[in-house]
Amino acid sequence: MSGPFARAASAAAEVAGRHADSVDRDARFPAEAFAALKDGRLLGAMVPRDFGGEGASLTDMAAVAHALAQQCPSSGLIFAMHQIQVACLVRHGQGSAWHRDLMARLAAEQLLLASATTEAGIGGDVRSSACSVEGDGDGDGDGFRLEKQATVISYGAEADAILVTARRKPDSPASDQVIVPVLKDQLRLEEIGNWDTLGMRGTRSIGYHLRAEGVRAQIMPLPYADISAQTMLPVTHILWSSAWLGIASDAVARAGAFVRAEARKRPGTQPPGARRLAEVTARLQTMRGMVRGAIAQFEEASDSPDRLTSMGFAVAMNTLKMSAAEMVVRIVEQSMLVAGLSAYRNDSPYSLGRHLRDAHSAPLMISNDRVLGNTANLLLAHKDNGSLFG
Amino acid sequence: MVSSDDIRDLLRDSGWLTVDASELSENDDLYAAGLTSHGSVNLMLALEERFDIEFPEQLLRRRTFESIGAIRNAVAGLLGGTAAA
Repeated sequence: MSGPFARAASAAAEVAGRHADSVDRDARFPAEAFAALKDGRLLGAMVPRDFGGEGASLTDMAAVAHALAQQCPSSGLIFAMHQIQVACLVRHGQGSAWHRDLMARLAAEQLLLASATTEAGIGGDVRSSACSVEGDGDGDGDGFRLEKQATVISYGAEADAILVTARRKPDSPASDQVIVPVLKDQLRLEEIGNWDTLGMRGTRSIGYHLRAEGVRAQIMPLPYADISAQTMLPVTHILWSSAWLGIASDAVARAGAFVRAEARKRPGTQPPGARRLAEVTARLQTMRGMVRGAIAQFEEASDSPDRLTSMGFAVAMNTLKMSAAEMVVRIVEQSMLVAGLSAYRNDSPYSLGRHLRDAHSAPLMISNDRVLGNTANLLLAHKDNGSLFG
Repeated sequence: MVSSDDIRDLLRDSGWLTVDASELSENDDLYAAGLTSHGSVNLMLALEERFDIEFPEQLLRRRTFESIGAIRNAVAGLLGGTAAA
């Protein structure tokens, strides 16, 4: 990769790759990769320079997630999920002292952030909460309590802080939510269930009974609905898609290496998988263009809350998610046809078994069916303006 | 002409809020009153049908539907008239 963070990202990706098999086999947190990311100061890179960070853009972080996922998809996805939380904090926390302090700590200590948005009894709708922020007093220094049956907190046990969604007050409707970063020493986490999945095994996305106590100053001032629309939703779809693109890129790279090795054995004869390779390369190029286009669209709109909260923008980001999640599965499958049994084997340099298992998580993480339903609803109102550049 | 009570009636009959719309003031936050993004799409469709208007893309954002007053102003603008209090 190129760009200002290329060296640190390559170093971390190399470490991630070396431990990818053991992370996958043992379904464990990729600790070595995250130590390398901390060493390279990449966890707090998006924090503005004024607060001790590197002022990195979303484009920069998408490139890192992509590079990591090529070597270890779990590492790429965890990095993506962490940066989603960082983006929310950096873009919506600069107006309050508590969040500015957290940003400075994030840069200085390279903290790892996780999120607790899903909840038991809500049916996967992250824009509704059952739990609420509780406690007497409305002042910044007044305490609050929060208890949540979080159905999924990826890498929750390793996180230094968790951003938790909840209803604003005990009598607020389910959709009137806030988001509050809670530090590790303010948290009690009880694991619910265990983690033995087909793929993305390093993310350890298990459920927790979460109990937190803190002060009201920690609650992000902007309603979660706005933070979700302006940052969390588009940044999630962009960074996840970048990680999925990394899986797809590596699958096609392995297929290409296989075809070249075959071609060397019989110069002058086109290997059987060569045409399939051309076909899957075209699809990879389409996916890459789509992800890059969405990143550009976000960067263009990033300072305009009006553009970010428009229906057209939400439709664009939703369709990115659905399409990228379908494409990564299809690209890995097609790459497998290129290299045949060599890709199907677990003990070959062209193996795509883990790629296939990891890729299949994509349509399920925020189910494509749910995104499709939400998009269908938006399209009842949204009118595409029909212009090439939006 | 569109009045705040027209909007209030429409909201009260819709079931999109978790509170009684009759008790909401002009500036009360409808999202705090239970309006969801799904609800706001249906609200927009109901407004288009009721007032025979069409919301252009640039008005299709969260802020347009945040309060009874904001909705009244948007509808009044689309009707080309002025809003009644």
